[in-house]
Amino acid sequence: MKFTLSWLKDHLETDASLEEITGALTSIGLELEGVEDAAAQLEPFTICYVREAKQHPNADRLRVCMVETGTGEVVQVVCGAPNARTGMKGVFAPSGSHIPGTGVDLKPGVLRGEESNGMLCSEREMGLSDDHDGIIDLPDDAPLGESFATYMGLDDPVIEIGVTPNRGDALGVRGIARDLAAKGLGTLKPLNAPKVEGSYDSPISWARADEVGDDCPFVTGRHFRNVKNGPSPAWMQQRLMAIGLRPISALVDITNYVTFDLGRPLHVFDAAKVKSDTLVMRPCKGGETILALDGKEYTMEAGMTAIMDGDTVDGIGGVMGGELSGCTEETTEVFLEVALFDPIRVAATGRRLGINSDARFRFERGLDPDSVEWGPDVAARMVLELCGGETSRLTSAGTKPDNRISVSMRPERLKSFGGCDISAADAETILSKLGFETTVEDGAIQATTPTWRNDIEHEHCLIEEVLRIHGFDKVPALSLERETALPQPILSLAQRRVAFSKKVLAGRGLLEAVTWSFMPRAEAEHFGGGSDEMMLANPISADLDAMRPSILPNLLSAAARNADRGQPDAGLFEVGPAYRDMSPKGQDMVAAGIRVGQAVPRNWEGAVRPVDAFDAKADVMAVLDACGAPVDRFQVSTDAPGWYHPGRSGCLRLGPNVIAYFGEIHPGTVRRSGLKGRAAGFEIFMDRIPQPKSKKGGGKSRVLLKISPYQPLTRDFAFMVDADVQADKLSRAAMGADKQLVVAAEVFDVYEGAELDGRKSVAIAVTLQPKDATLTDKEIEAVSGKIVANVEKQTGGSLRG
Amino acid sequence: MTIDTEALGADLLQQVNDAAELSALEDIRIAALGKKGAITAEMKKLGGLDPEARKAAGQALNQIKDAVAKAIEARKSDLETAALDAKLAGERIDVSLPIRPEKSGRLHPISQTFDEIVAIFGEMGFAVAEGPDIEDDFHNFSALNIPANHPARQMQDTFYLKEPDETGENAVVLRTHTSPVQVRTMEAGNLPIRIIAPGRTYRSDSDITHTPMFHQVEGLVIDKKTHFGHLKGCLQEFCSAYFEVDDVPLQFRPSYFPFTEPSAEVDIGCTRKGGELTIGHGDDWLEILGCGMVHPKVLKMSGIDPDEYQGFAFGMGIERIAMLKYGIPDLRTFFEADVRWLKHYGFVPLEAASLVRGLTP
Repeated sequence: MKFTLSWLKDHLETDASLEEITGALTSIGLELEGVEDAAAQLEPFTICYVREAKQHPNADRLRVCMVETGTGEVVQVVCGAPNARTGMKGVFAPSGSHIPGTGVDLKPGVLRGEESNGMLCSEREMGLSDDHDGIIDLPDDAPLGESFATYMGLDDPVIEIGVTPNRGDALGVRGIARDLAAKGLGTLKPLNAPKVEGSYDSPISWARADEVGDDCPFVTGRHFRNVKNGPSPAWMQQRLMAIGLRPISALVDITNYVTFDLGRPLHVFDAAKVKSDTLVMRPCKGGETILALDGKEYTMEAGMTAIMDGDTVDGIGGVMGGELSGCTEETTEVFLEVALFDPIRVAATGRRLGINSDARFRFERGLDPDSVEWGPDVAARMVLELCGGETSRLTSAGTKPDNRISVSMRPERLKSFGGCDISAADAETILSKLGFETTVEDGAIQATTPTWRNDIEHEHCLIEEVLRIHGFDKVPALSLERETALPQPILSLAQRRVAFSKKVLAGRGLLEAVTWSFMPRAEAEHFGGGSDEMMLANPISADLDAMRPSILPNLLSAAARNADRGQPDAGLFEVGPAYRDMSPKGQDMVAAGIRVGQAVPRNWEGAVRPVDAFDAKADVMAVLDACGAPVDRFQVSTDAPGWYHPGRSGCLRLGPNVIAYFGEIHPGTVRRSGLKGRAAGFEIFMDRIPQPKSKKGGGKSRVLLKISPYQPLTRDFAFMVDADVQADKLSRAAMGADKQLVVAAEVFDVYEGAELDGRKSVAIAVTLQPKDATLTDKEIEAVSGKIVANVEKQTGGSLRG
Repeated sequence: MTIDTEALGADLLQQVNDAAELSALEDIRIAALGKKGAITAEMKKLGGLDPEARKAAGQALNQIKDAVAKAIEARKSDLETAALDAKLAGERIDVSLPIRPEKSGRLHPISQTFDEIVAIFGEMGFAVAEGPDIEDDFHNFSALNIPANHPARQMQDTFYLKEPDETGENAVVLRTHTSPVQVRTMEAGNLPIRIIAPGRTYRSDSDITHTPMFHQVEGLVIDKKTHFGHLKGCLQEFCSAYFEVDDVPLQFRPSYFPFTEPSAEVDIGCTRKGGELTIGHGDDWLEILGCGMVHPKVLKMSGIDPDEYQGFAFGMGIERIAMLKYGIPDLRTFFEADVRWLKHYGFVPLEAASLVRGLTP
């Protein structure tokens, strides 16, 4: 919402400075968005008199001018404009001025031997237009020495504020003035709306179809005849231009002016172009078309409110008028529309048709219903003043709704809810300045809302009004009371595990990424998602249209981008959501990571090693360990999903529950992401990590550590097993052979060769830890036998001789 | 018979000192002190001497024996040291060579900022609540006093998984703010409430200062006594602690949100001298968050009696406050996963942010 300072002062009697006003606007919730003070920019420019303009002795196209500036001095200026002439009035800029149109700072100079101490300016140099045909040529009566900005009426600062959607009343200058008056910046002047009596009956009447109901509860208007439409007066044009509107003609300008001045959109029909004697507010059936004032044709949908002239749609209720019945320079008879429309209907209609108009903007935020009382008089006063002619009596249809309500406020709530000590009397004063009618009953302020405030509903709305005007800055800041002397734990185990996982993965050299929750559908489909349900109806772009079923594709494409930027060996992780379905429980917390390229890059000492499944497995195990998961109880299965390498990937499970996938990424998947070389990755389903068993009584004490005083000993065993037997099966079998004595069984060698004919050799180092006494040879012999027997039994293999 | 012990001693010591290698030294030891060695041989001769002479000669021989043994030890140690020195000299490496390749990981600024927010509000007794990114329009809009067709629904550019039906409702959306977590927390009904809810939020907007996904943290306090002054105090303390500026200036501007009343937007003091933004005491203001007293309708819709309970809510952008604190210029870079950016703006993962240990590593 834009307005000028002088416009504001039409409604506000005030001595406040521009700075005081702009500061107050923000403090009362009408946020200042900008001030354009053209006068400040044009300050150096004054009206001058060219006493003499003679030909430059050394340049055909230049003139040497003796310029009276109004301060008594005469300055010599060399000027190239063809229209510079003796006896003219122009605009002078002294040396030292900044020329806004060219960005040049004027310096005294000598042009072809003649001194020049300033400039006679063109409109382009003033930043006013592109006109550079000559210097500004002012009328003879222009006052010598006066500020050019003042003379041209450009010294009216333009103020722009942001108006929140609840404050339709502040979309008119008068509403802003009222708020400022309540804040104490002056007095609101009375509304200039003397009753205008009509002298004849309007030949056109307003009517409402019953079906229109509350979509248009009331419409009124009047007829004008013998008007003369032409340009509106300079003051009106200046104000409209200052707020970015193009002056069109007096009649149209009046409707625009009242829209911004009083927040009351009006519409004027050229009465000669209205075919019927009655205009009707009616809901559309759908399919009707209208050529609107913006020159575009719109097709109405069922239920939209139309202004009907017989079978013709002559206007879109609350949104835009029709072009065919619009006023032109030739208009002599006018029919005025002052209507009330339903905000929701107007908003929906405007949105469906894609029309953003100043009328829609106001109607959808709610209008002062009383504006149908003064609206026709304000309009009549201005039309008669600017265009002459005479006006009819009013024609109306419907009933003006009464939107006033009575709201009660307990003054003590200003303190207990608003946090501020404000007396009941001060609160009442603020409310009455805002237009509420107040009384005090049983210690509570009873406030009847003004018609222009649709947003006031309850006690807290009044508290807000009082607080807003009183000043949020006057509310003392208080610390929240603490419920406990010391802070309490506030994170759930799941939340802490997310934090742990990030720290572990970053500690292992991976960089944490945060990537979009959406991705291209083709990628989502490749990773098991992309169902119709999980597609965005209105994606920001076609490649961000599917909710991600997995984080990996985003990390892979990020790695590819990094590779393109010369960073080929990215290690990235993200801990965040992956989406299964649209239900509240259809979202998993997943820790995913990838390592691409070389795990050990080229270095001076040793060989490079590309990333592999065990890099990913190590990341997974580290996260699970940090999360307190029973890492030694996990089983590995080889049924990871299709985006992993079928032979180089696995699932970590606890029974049927898959906790994580890990492995080399399928080379096909890697390629489609645009990466070259190898990638390994993992996905850990954080919510599936089992909760630790809670201790009795909730204590944190550990199981007592018992360290055996006896030396542990290690025995190596090598077994021949079928090549598809998983190595960890041997370890488990060895561990299971004697749960007391065997404390570790680590695979330390695997050999597969063609000569082994589909079998492989796996060597394990088994650690025995005696607890009560050193083991005898016989006991060692016995446990070794049990280990061999159990491994052979469990794996179908045999001890290598 | 006499024994020229002096000459023998001098000769042996000379030999020891002349020994150039450990093996030569060992040969000398055997030749002097061994069973068949020179001193041993002389010792054997002592039996043929009269007692007086035997005693004198014996003492002399013993002295020589000790002196030679000592000299051998000393010489041996010298030779060993020299040998080790020579060996180590040959083992020289170029210690200016780089270490073996290691990867150094970093936490994303969003994680760090999130940890800092939790640390501060945790001290004030706020628990951390979460909710789903995919929401129904009830929790994202209606329960927050944004009915269908409310102009505020147009304030936010909503991503739809399922668009609203003819009634304007029953849509499935990506949450446009973290406020639905407020609603879910209030619906759960464990009063009083003091929570923050950080998470991903979405708006269909993409330009220099907007990304279609970003992060917010929501705060909610509901009890019987918390008023607008507490809201000011809470945010004042948070901002001072987070930006690590004592009494950082805040400006509460009246504003409008459907779910709070009174509502305010909060600006933080800053300076822009020399084109560089510095948070703190200055001549300029920068908007950082929105807040207000929870609207009674919102309480009622979540099953809380607004005549008994009241409180405040606030919401702020995590990227925004991270950018301000850490001087990160461009929002879009947060989501590009450029490893150079992550290394530069990321954080070492050594410890959780804490007010008592220090917020920022």
